[in-house]
Amino acid sequence: MTGGAEAVRGGIRFDGVSVAYGGNVVLDRLDLTVEPGEVMALLGPSGSGKTTALRAVAGFVRPAAGRVFIGDRDVTALPPHKRGIGMVVQQYALFPHLRVQDNVAFGLKAQKADKAGIPGRVAEALELVGMGDYARRYPRELSGGQQQRVAIARALAIRPGVLLLDEPLSALDAQLRSGMLTELARLHRELPDVSILYVTHDQVEALTLADRIAVMDKARLQDCGTPQELYRRPRTEFTASFVGNANLLPVTVAEPAGTVDFAGHALAVPTGSVAGGATATLCVRPHLVGLGDGPNALTGTISEVQWRGSTHRLYVDVDGHRVKADVRELRDTPVLGDRVTLHFAAHDAVLLPQGAGASHG
Amino acid sequence: MLVHSRTGKWATWAVFLLLFVPLFAVPLLVVLAASFATNWSGAFPSGPTLDHYDAATAGDSLQALTTSLVTAVTASLAALTIGTWAALAAASLGRRGKRFLDALFMLPVAVPSVVVGLAVLVAFSQPPVLLNGTRWIVILAHTVLVTAFAYTSVSAAAVRLDPMYAQAAASLGARPSYVLLRVRLPLLLPSLTAAAGLCFALSMGELSATMMLYPPDWTPLPVQIFAATDRGSLFTGAAVAVVLMAATLLVLFAVSRIRTRASYR
Repeated sequence: MTGGAEAVRGGIRFDGVSVAYGGNVVLDRLDLTVEPGEVMALLGPSGSGKTTALRAVAGFVRPAAGRVFIGDRDVTALPPHKRGIGMVVQQYALFPHLRVQDNVAFGLKAQKADKAGIPGRVAEALELVGMGDYARRYPRELSGGQQQRVAIARALAIRPGVLLLDEPLSALDAQLRSGMLTELARLHRELPDVSILYVTHDQVEALTLADRIAVMDKARLQDCGTPQELYRRPRTEFTASFVGNANLLPVTVAEPAGTVDFAGHALAVPTGSVAGGATATLCVRPHLVGLGDGPNALTGTISEVQWRGSTHRLYVDVDGHRVKADVRELRDTPVLGDRVTLHFAAHDAVLLPQGAGASHG
Repeated sequence: MLVHSRTGKWATWAVFLLLFVPLFAVPLLVVLAASFATNWSGAFPSGPTLDHYDAATAGDSLQALTTSLVTAVTASLAALTIGTWAALAAASLGRRGKRFLDALFMLPVAVPSVVVGLAVLVAFSQPPVLLNGTRWIVILAHTVLVTAFAYTSVSAAAVRLDPMYAQAAASLGARPSYVLLRVRLPLLLPSLTAAAGLCFALSMGELSATMMLYPPDWTPLPVQIFAATDRGSLFTGAAVAVVLMAATLLVLFAVSRIRTRASYR
């Protein structure tokens, strides 16, 4: 690589990064490390600070406090063009006055790469995303999905050490999105050295692509772990409800610990380190709730039934609490008002201490 | 379309033509007709002739056409450069800074051009910068007068320009100057050409400030037309006016061709 911006291998590190607009804190003391070659998803609702975190890496917002590292290099004070990043945004941002090939060559020319090598690298980048046949088109002549591929090729042509993806699939329709998801996973397998920071509000994208997910809410990092960890063993209510579906039942831990009390029912679940007598939240995934008698049985009336093709979603009113259960499609569809019994295995439940997450990060 | 019924549409067209034709089209046609006439004592001109055009495309008038074109092109290019520079600076300034620049560049439009002419005359009639008596004082006055339009036009486009393009370019490693030359200015090209056309047309027709400033060897066409009609040669003046119109329209047409090619999406 020639020119001012040198591609640095070796991940991204946020070290206590805070960003504020006026008096409004939009990112609060973020500590997070993206390992070299890792795909890290920043998952959260809008306004959670995830895009601000990405823009702090790109250099488009200046942190009020903290440092940002790309590899071993402190880039906090560097302008965007010296950071050696690749970036793809939701609206593609392809230059409308340039052909596809000139869009892809833009970064190479801007960095004064060896002229003779440019056409080869452009072709290579376009091949990588399957857009080799469209080199001479203008962006306006391409569909949304094609434009996004070109945007990815443009970002990859400069061979960045880190790739920043800001809601890259949000502007695409559902079918295209799942296709592009597969494509991105393949791209990452072909470029194992590139660290990817992937900002999204879509849990499916995060679960599918990411090696680890950082869950953000209200300007703070709430939880961070592999998709399996977050899904099976969420540590906060927010993670439990935002990553996948969850029943969140208010319970009191019995004395001595070992069972919990939920609306008068004693449930045998692992209580872990939660002290006896404390109030807590019990998280059970709807698809792990079974219909019929079994351990941890709860009886209630059906308040709503949704048919979802391969499954039925039952909403069951158990002593004033609504419990969701996803069961395999039933031959005899239950009727509203039916009394049914639900159960779940002890090891499928996770006990979340009250107030978990508020002090995290 | 706001009007849906057939009669409604016809009525709208009729009102439009009634207002447009007498106000805009007929006066221009009268000038065109007069430029071919030797006499106009009745309702219609008489004695068709091309003599006025011989006069209008030779000697002093031809000289004046060249003068006007050189003045307009130089003034528009200068105005475009200054206006674009200021507009880009304003776009990156805060709200108060931008408001100040907006007001500053509106001044020459708000003030009557005679006053601008007088101001330029007084300011540059003595050292250290002595321009009076040279062509440069005319070009300077035109530049001052038309820069406002270049600024306004480019400024509006610069504010609308999505910053994501410049940011995408920066993320690809492009220095700010490279981003300006390869991304921002090309994306602003449609409004730049629009501004250029507007500045050119305004400069070609400028009379009031020019009258106070022009040296004998730098007589633009509007002054020539004024002089011709002032001494009573109405038909010669009309022919020169037609030449002025034609030259202006020709350049505007060429500029609009560039603009069509430069507009995206």
